[in-house]
Amino acid sequence: MSDSKTKMVAPPEGVTGEGFFATKLNDVVGLARANSLWPLPFATSCCGIEFMATMASHYDLARFGSERVSFSPRQADMLMVMGTISKKMAPILRQVYEQMSEPRWVISVGACACSGGVFDTYSVLQGIDKVIPVDVYVPGCPPRPEQIVDGVMQLQELVKNESVRRRNSPEYKELLASYNL
Amino acid sequence: MALETAYIQEKMTQKFGNKVLNFSMSRDVFSFEATSDAIYEVIRTLKTEEDLNFHFLTDLCGVHYPDNDENHQFAVVYHLHNWVENVRIRITTYLNGENPEVHSMTDLFLCTNWMERETFDFYGINFIGHPQLKRILNMDEMVSHPMRKEFPMEDSGRTDKDDRFFGRTAQKI
Amino acid sequence: MSDLLLLPEHRYAKVIEQTRNEDGSELSILNLGPTHPATHGIFQNILLMDGEKILDAEPTIGYIHRAFEKIAENRPFYQVNVLTDRMNYCSSPINNMAWWMTVEKLLEIEVPKRAQYLRVIVMELARITDHLICNSILGVDTGAYTGFLYVFQFREKVYEIYEEICGARLTTNMGRIGGFERDWSEAAFKKLDTFLTDFPVAWKEFENLFERNRIFIDRTVNVGPITAEKAMQYGLTGPNLRAAGIDYDVRKAQPYSSYEDFEFDVPVGKSGDTYDRFCVRNAEVWESLSIIKQALAKLPEGPIHADVPDYYLPPKEDVYHNMESLIYHFKIVMGEVPVPVAEIYHPVEGGNGELGFYLITDGSRTPYRLHFRRPCFIYYQAYTEMIKGGMLSDAIVILSSLNVIAGELDA
Repeated sequence: MSDSKTKMVAPPEGVTGEGFFATKLNDVVGLARANSLWPLPFATSCCGIEFMATMASHYDLARFGSERVSFSPRQADMLMVMGTISKKMAPILRQVYEQMSEPRWVISVGACACSGGVFDTYSVLQGIDKVIPVDVYVPGCPPRPEQIVDGVMQLQELVKNESVRRRNSPEYKELLASYNL
Repeated sequence: MALETAYIQEKMTQKFGNKVLNFSMSRDVFSFEATSDAIYEVIRTLKTEEDLNFHFLTDLCGVHYPDNDENHQFAVVYHLHNWVENVRIRITTYLNGENPEVHSMTDLFLCTNWMERETFDFYGINFIGHPQLKRILNMDEMVSHPMRKEFPMEDSGRTDKDDRFFGRTAQKI
Repeated sequence: MSDLLLLPEHRYAKVIEQTRNEDGSELSILNLGPTHPATHGIFQNILLMDGEKILDAEPTIGYIHRAFEKIAENRPFYQVNVLTDRMNYCSSPINNMAWWMTVEKLLEIEVPKRAQYLRVIVMELARITDHLICNSILGVDTGAYTGFLYVFQFREKVYEIYEEICGARLTTNMGRIGGFERDWSEAAFKKLDTFLTDFPVAWKEFENLFERNRIFIDRTVNVGPITAEKAMQYGLTGPNLRAAGIDYDVRKAQPYSSYEDFEFDVPVGKSGDTYDRFCVRNAEVWESLSIIKQALAKLPEGPIHADVPDYYLPPKEDVYHNMESLIYHFKIVMGEVPVPVAEIYHPVEGGNGELGFYLITDGSRTPYRLHFRRPCFIYYQAYTEMIKGGMLSDAIVILSSLNVIAGELDA
């Protein structure tokens, strides 16, 4: 492995000395979380096919610490909603989100998930943020795999800088309450 | 071509008289109309008669004509295909607007099961004798039939659209 | 959430009540989907199980119903193409070309040979990606992940060719009424050549990995068979029908876009089981490759679109400097083009079977009615019949071998 060009994640800011390294707990937790996000692909349509490309050999999302695709919402950190969510599907999406344990993040991939996209019709939910809170929106119809990877990296930034106490804060509780969660 | 359209026409008129009408060659598909009380027998004949042998139902769908007279408000269109002779045929039957109903084809062609459910879902056309006529694509709670012309396409709950930018007056359609 | 629970008046609840054994054991219900990793899309099946054995199934669909047909009634003809992309997104170019051909049939436009041949090439490429996804995912479901990773690179290669042609990867929105928007670039042909040399090698290896593989054969032979009669009754078309032994192919029965100029075979199976479906798709990929090679060899020079200024957008430079072009541009973009009153049905051989567009026009700017004959929607009905009596794990394999695309299923 000596000749591999593995790029390591830079350590957070801190004080180093002989045999010790001191830094904030927040940073360490953020670093660990950000580089081991387990995605739950909630793929319904076209964007799901691009997600397959993102996971496959060419684009390889595993490079960003998302090697394991978790199909159980119980063991996932990052819900990736890809594709049109119809009104018939909305309660199921909510149920999946409710089953995820904190901390949980949501990426909305593609125009349909973000806003309904070209399908401004009676049967399509006009954006998943009507039913669950969303952290990162990835536009495109469908977005290129590079864009999906970029969305994940944006989320990593969010995760890295999130306070460990955020999920207990009144603002967060208020946010969930506004979604009746 | 062994199976001539004239022969189909002659055979159908012989058997059904004035219940089949308006035979025409519509572009590349031979088509005609059948009244709704005869449509089941018409399709059964087309399928079972050995020299006709339309054994494959390609497609079934509904159409809404709100501007037509009362008895021609809805249409159900059947596409049949004879693979041996490679002949396609289209049969249209018009239905009453108040009470659109037609005999189900499910015992002739198994594939019509979902197509009829879809047509029921979209237009509210009642298929008599269908084993499980309920909504298929939309939610069961829905009351209206969305493909009828008067039903608006857009999501009525949407608030972020300014009608002025779409060349419409402010009221919701 | 009440729709996810089994109500006491549900017919399965009654069956369970009636068939309860003396020792207290009973049949069970398994809810498969709508979001299940093995379903590749959003379908729900409520299965009635006797241990591992499936006795009955009740499918529910419509979870991504997007109202294509309603939108189509409200959009000008050229905008409908955007919808066809999103129907069968594994082979969008076939859908695109099918729609353009429908409109051309309506307007009686004769497309130049070069455009027709290019269409054939891109449609066959799309067929290759479609079958490639289906077969490699079938491999994943039977436990062979390698094949998937191996051939998926080549899907990327095809997408690169699409990008050269139209700029998009997946939802291509390729072509125009009357032909293509521009001639293919040098790079596109070059990439196509590279693909044609590299891909057969990989595909051969992929086949070798599976076709005589003991485990794969055990998992697929005699799993989910369907007889030819049943297949016809259920309206199966495409590879799934051909696996049952009927050689119906729209490309042969009703050639469109100059398919009659090419020589190709229609591979058929025998028993209509999962293994046959896999093999038929494999064989079709070889036929598609052969068609592409023939089309490239015969590719004539000439215009890439028909001379129909009423429907084909003029070049952008002309729009800026030429009054007439500006008017045409405006009229086309606003959808104000002359359209005859007609009723037409145009079928093509899609990735999964006969893809048909039934179009009724009333002379206005939008279709009066557009019905898509979506092969998936029609043949998914046979799924219940196919999985009855099989094991639960077989149900998954059968589903992936049918290649049901949710977008096409739900419209």
